[in-house]
Amino acid sequence: MSRGFDIPFARDGSVRFLPWIVALMVYLAGLALAGALLLDAALDDWSRGVSGVMTVELPPAATEQAGDIAVAPVVALLQATPGVASVKLLPRAAVAKLVEPWLGTGQAIAALALPQLIDVRIDPAHRPDFAALRAKLATAAPGAVLDDARLRFDRLFDLGMSIEVMTVVILVLIGIAAVLTTVFATRAGLAVHQNVIEILHILGARDSYIARQFARHALGLGLRGGVTGLVLAAATLALLGHAAAAAAILGPGLRLVPAITLLPWQWSVLVLVPIAAAAITYFTALATVHGALARMP
Amino acid sequence: MIRFENVGMRYGAGPEVLRDISFQLDVSSFHFVTGSSGAGKSSVLKLIYMSERPSRGVVWLFDKQVSSLPRRALPPLRRHIGVIFQDFRLINHLSTFDNVALPLRLAGESEVKVTETVTDLLTWVGLADRFEARPPTLSGGQQQRVAIARAVIARPSLILADEPTGNVDDAMAMRLLRLLEEMNRLGTTVIVATHNHHLATRMGQPRLHLDGGRIALIRPEAPVDRVMPRS
Repeated sequence: MSRGFDIPFARDGSVRFLPWIVALMVYLAGLALAGALLLDAALDDWSRGVSGVMTVELPPAATEQAGDIAVAPVVALLQATPGVASVKLLPRAAVAKLVEPWLGTGQAIAALALPQLIDVRIDPAHRPDFAALRAKLATAAPGAVLDDARLRFDRLFDLGMSIEVMTVVILVLIGIAAVLTTVFATRAGLAVHQNVIEILHILGARDSYIARQFARHALGLGLRGGVTGLVLAAATLALLGHAAAAAAILGPGLRLVPAITLLPWQWSVLVLVPIAAAAITYFTALATVHGALARMP
Repeated sequence: MIRFENVGMRYGAGPEVLRDISFQLDVSSFHFVTGSSGAGKSSVLKLIYMSERPSRGVVWLFDKQVSSLPRRALPPLRRHIGVIFQDFRLINHLSTFDNVALPLRLAGESEVKVTETVTDLLTWVGLADRFEARPPTLSGGQQQRVAIARAVIARPSLILADEPTGNVDDAMAMRLLRLLEEMNRLGTTVIVATHNHHLATRMGQPRLHLDGGRIALIRPEAPVDRVMPRS
């Protein structure tokens, strides 16, 4: 007296592959989404880091006779510029430290003519007019270079956004593949169970009753595949995170694998992937059966 | 209750299996549909239980022109019809109980009502100890009783039986026909399709005889004459 399915899905070989395909799709979608979430967080961090900073570089004189660019007028100009929060001339030791990875710490550095760098902190809410500032600098200190880190970051940001858009495209393609797979599996199921469907119709079953049976079955398969895919994706992310942590111990130069640490809200977004996959299988099966039965006499 | 008006029917692009069929059956009547194998007996029944639509002509059922009704309007009408098939057409993975309960559940009856009604009926047909048995484990006679129970459980006003005696011995066949007669006496309209003329004659009920895609009414002890002849 149990109430299972009236249609014998358990003996149906046509949909046996569906959970595995859904698992693979959820696995790929989960990794792609995790990558996009990590990239988004990284871009956000970098954006916050660079949006309040710029550097003015005063290159060393081309010849000893020419003399260095005077720092004081430049500092005064910067301090008088609206939107500038603070101005600090980096000591020569700090500049030497910046080129240390390439030139080392030997006598060559001491003898080298290094540029003077002015670290400028700006108010991100009221950023200065960089074009006007650049023009004033050209007049006050010809040869000075205004380096707004934001400009370089914008290119990086554009690249990051392109990758995120590609991730969305990949997710959409995976979703379309899930829909098509479910459509084919459901149509195969309709053909296999044609006889039982006919009996149910004769006994007075509505198309919606039969469609719900197929949809409920597809939902179960989709959930099973989705959970499997999510578990595999989580295991892969954990493995990558472990590899990143192990590499970090060996030294900063060995960080071939980026740190992978998802926040709780990012995990909850990933949990939505199998739920979305199950919803896709349910509604696709429902629509497929309704469409197919509507064409019957 | 049932009226066919100049009904023709073909499967796909094949030849017409029924041609200009016209007849009318009243409420609470009992009719056999006879004819040789392939004469179109099952096609007539399929048109009545709305599994097929006529290629031309009009079919009336329960005072509705069902041949042109939209699909969504058919299930409520089908629930007034009980169908018994020669091969029973039980759903093999469902238990005896669930097979018989299907029409009630499809009609939206409560599980309490379903359990009570199905238990009573299966007990009455002698299958009280086979509730959980799957059809393939039942004998032919038991399967037929399940099929009959499924056909009558929702108290249909029309029962159609397609070669119901084909897979059982003569004694079982007569018992089934007596049961259908009893239901007919209680007001149910009954139509039995069979190729067995003698069985139909023995029952003393009128016959709709199919031959060459055309139909004729044969009354008991009466000569053949055309029903609702058309010019």
